[in-house]
Amino acid sequence: MQDTSNALGAPTERREGPDKVTGAARYAAEHTPAGCAYAWPVPAAVARGEITAIDDSAALALPGVIDVLSHLNAPRLVEPDDATLAVLQDARVPHRGWYVALVVAETLEAAREGAAAVRVDYAVEPHDVTLRADHADAYVPEDTDGTSGEHVRGDADGAFDSAPVRVDAVYRVPPLHNHPMEPHAATARWHDGRLTVYDSSQGATTVRDVLAGMFALPKERITVVSEHVGGGFGSKGTPRPHVVLASMAARVTGRPVKLSLPRRELAAVVGHRSPTVQRVRLGAEKDGTLISVVHEVTSQTSRIKEFVETAAAATRVMYGSPHGRTTHRVVPLDVPSPSWMRAPGEAPGMYALESAMDELAVHLDIDPVELRLRNDTAREPDSSKPFSSRHLAECLREGARRFGWSERDPRTRSRAEGPVLVGSGVASATYPVLASPSRASAHAYPDGSYAVRVNATDIGTGARTVLAQVAADALGVPVERVRVAIGSSDLPDAPLAGGSSGTASWGWAVHEACTRLAKRLSEQQGQQLPPEGVGATADTAGTADAESEYARHAFGAHFAEVGVDTVSGEVRVRRLLGVYAAGHILNARTARSQFIGAMTMGLGMALTESSTMDAAFGDFAERDLAAYHVPVHADVPAIEAHWIDEDDPHLNPMGSKGIGEIGIVGTAAAIGNALRHATGVRLRELPLTPDRVLAGLARGM
Amino acid sequence: MGTEVFHSEVPLTVNGEPRRPTVDHRSTLLDVLREQLGLTGAKKGCDHGQCGACTVLVDGRRANSCLLLAVAHEGADITTVEGLRSADGEGRHPVQRAFLERDAFQCGYCTPGQICSAVGALAEAEAGHPSHVTEPGTAIGSPAELTRDEIRERLSGNLCRCGAYPHIVEAVEDVIR
Repeated sequence: MQDTSNALGAPTERREGPDKVTGAARYAAEHTPAGCAYAWPVPAAVARGEITAIDDSAALALPGVIDVLSHLNAPRLVEPDDATLAVLQDARVPHRGWYVALVVAETLEAAREGAAAVRVDYAVEPHDVTLRADHADAYVPEDTDGTSGEHVRGDADGAFDSAPVRVDAVYRVPPLHNHPMEPHAATARWHDGRLTVYDSSQGATTVRDVLAGMFALPKERITVVSEHVGGGFGSKGTPRPHVVLASMAARVTGRPVKLSLPRRELAAVVGHRSPTVQRVRLGAEKDGTLISVVHEVTSQTSRIKEFVETAAAATRVMYGSPHGRTTHRVVPLDVPSPSWMRAPGEAPGMYALESAMDELAVHLDIDPVELRLRNDTAREPDSSKPFSSRHLAECLREGARRFGWSERDPRTRSRAEGPVLVGSGVASATYPVLASPSRASAHAYPDGSYAVRVNATDIGTGARTVLAQVAADALGVPVERVRVAIGSSDLPDAPLAGGSSGTASWGWAVHEACTRLAKRLSEQQGQQLPPEGVGATADTAGTADAESEYARHAFGAHFAEVGVDTVSGEVRVRRLLGVYAAGHILNARTARSQFIGAMTMGLGMALTESSTMDAAFGDFAERDLAAYHVPVHADVPAIEAHWIDEDDPHLNPMGSKGIGEIGIVGTAAAIGNALRHATGVRLRELPLTPDRVLAGLARGM
Repeated sequence: MGTEVFHSEVPLTVNGEPRRPTVDHRSTLLDVLREQLGLTGAKKGCDHGQCGACTVLVDGRRANSCLLLAVAHEGADITTVEGLRSADGEGRHPVQRAFLERDAFQCGYCTPGQICSAVGALAEAEAGHPSHVTEPGTAIGSPAELTRDEIRERLSGNLCRCGAYPHIVEAVEDVIR
């Protein structure tokens, strides 16, 4: 018998790795059923208005064009809860880029040419796409899950006004785009009254359920496959319009239809991180102890859907203070619908809070690590619940030790290499522990092998691999003996890969199914298994989503060193180091990749990523990867990720917290704080581009 | 707007095998590989030469196949990720093995492009091609030393949104050493 004691936590290699490095792994647009046609969408060319006419005659006259769908002829679908999916259903144009027609053709080339030939006339209406904190339409949204709305403790404003030390600053984060490397795509096929769709999605069960509702079909007659997904980062967390369009086109034409959205159109139709204007006020004692924390966030949403970038949510968790107020305000505008982007809320919110904490440290001349330690708290400030585990202080201390923080000269401009000023900064990180109910099954076979089935999605996290480890651990068998089937809605229902909750949710159900199976097997000790094997199932409804008497969050600390060229204004990150406390780490290898990857996205948020809403046209100016700058190899130095193992009995059976998002939370603040340390320049708007740095240096602040 | 569509038969060598696809003159090499030849290893990330996911080797040099019109490449020798092999032709290419060992990918969508780009970059360095970060005055034509900065610079045309860059650099270093 092989040693299985370290199945959980071991750096097991990705099971799909060989397929990914040889090109054998197939993504949504890489299935070509016989007779497959190609679709190309037509985006609205106005920011607000109504379609008055559609002329598809030129498009239909082109060789190879099969059909042109629009609200004039597309099937009427059952109204979805998510209005962004109600495509080609009416003449309204809620924002520029909204899809108004779809061309289906024999080839990609014909479909593209056809889309360019569709003529759409509009009755144009005046639009408003400009987010301002004092916008007259701003309102406080309802708080449905504790992360939104307004929370007040004590006399936050009064206590701030009378505090001996005060920081009052406004921070701005621009619109940001997820831009997974695989554009949103679907290949749909109707056959024998059934619909099969290969979809690029973070959760095929939800896609199936939504399509079943919209097309008025029993769920059993729809299969959604998301076997390999080329990243999502939130933008594939729920169905997006492409899957509805492909399914509709396949039904209308009677052909399988493949639709891969053009990169330049993604910004308008798959969601973006809303820009935020954030005012943070910190009132403190002279020793840095916080008295009052006020965090006010204004974000935007579209006219058809309320989405709140819950940037003040993390402030309800982070630091102890007797008084506090966290307020979200949202402004409906004629903009594309914002949505989830990696650590929605936490990433921009902690940029603001952790920058403000640095300002307080600078003001009081207290070491920024020490200031955070002084405001550590055993209870969640907002709820007064005790934390199930909180090792923020340990992350800060361990990070400081590994980074060499004690050698840092706290004075600004204390380190120069010619025209390059070098500095370092720190920021804390946090992300909530989330889990949703899931089902799973486990089977044992006479040949000694096991099979686990659950509709998990591997968007790059290594879900197949870690679920095999979870199963092997619960069964007490070598991981090689466990087969794992994921990525199809025909498997037991499961929630999405999102909210850093996938492994917790799926793993919980897999663990439960395997524990039951192990019990059944032990009862049959010595008996030969029947040829069809022995199975067990699990459903964690009521368990995984049960209320806890504890506040459950992961914590972390980020350290950054930057070099700032005072001639060009360019900021270069030289080192990034993160230390996380996220329960037990279930696969050291894939976990490290996730932490480093999220820190890289945080580096992009800090230095290069920015989108601009054009007020005149109502359009994002940066729509492709030439204009929207995600970090490239040359931007990214050696990045270190470490963790502190936590033994927390109040989590799932594996004892894990989520790890997919915390790496981006706080990274931008650490880099901005390092810029301040290097130069004395405090920038309060991301990204930290050369024009802003040079202007700051010229101001001498 | 013309309504005629032109097609030509274009002889190519793809992964060592002769192929003669009949291509629409508007078709990119990437679309011919993916939609006509069933070689979906080369990925479409942007279709505009901005992300590198479609990188293949054309006559030994790396290229964004989304920027090449297939009809203009008669006789070209194309190698995609599916055609990479170890020196003895039996197993995986050393770069593929190093990517597995270093966990140099997550979602895998940029991976074939990263691997083809790395294979191309190694050959360019061996042939003495300088990069933006090569020390001025370095002798042209002698193999370029691939420091970490050189690897990062030479692979910067290949985006990875999962942020696997540090592990990709380590994987390429493993192949050199």
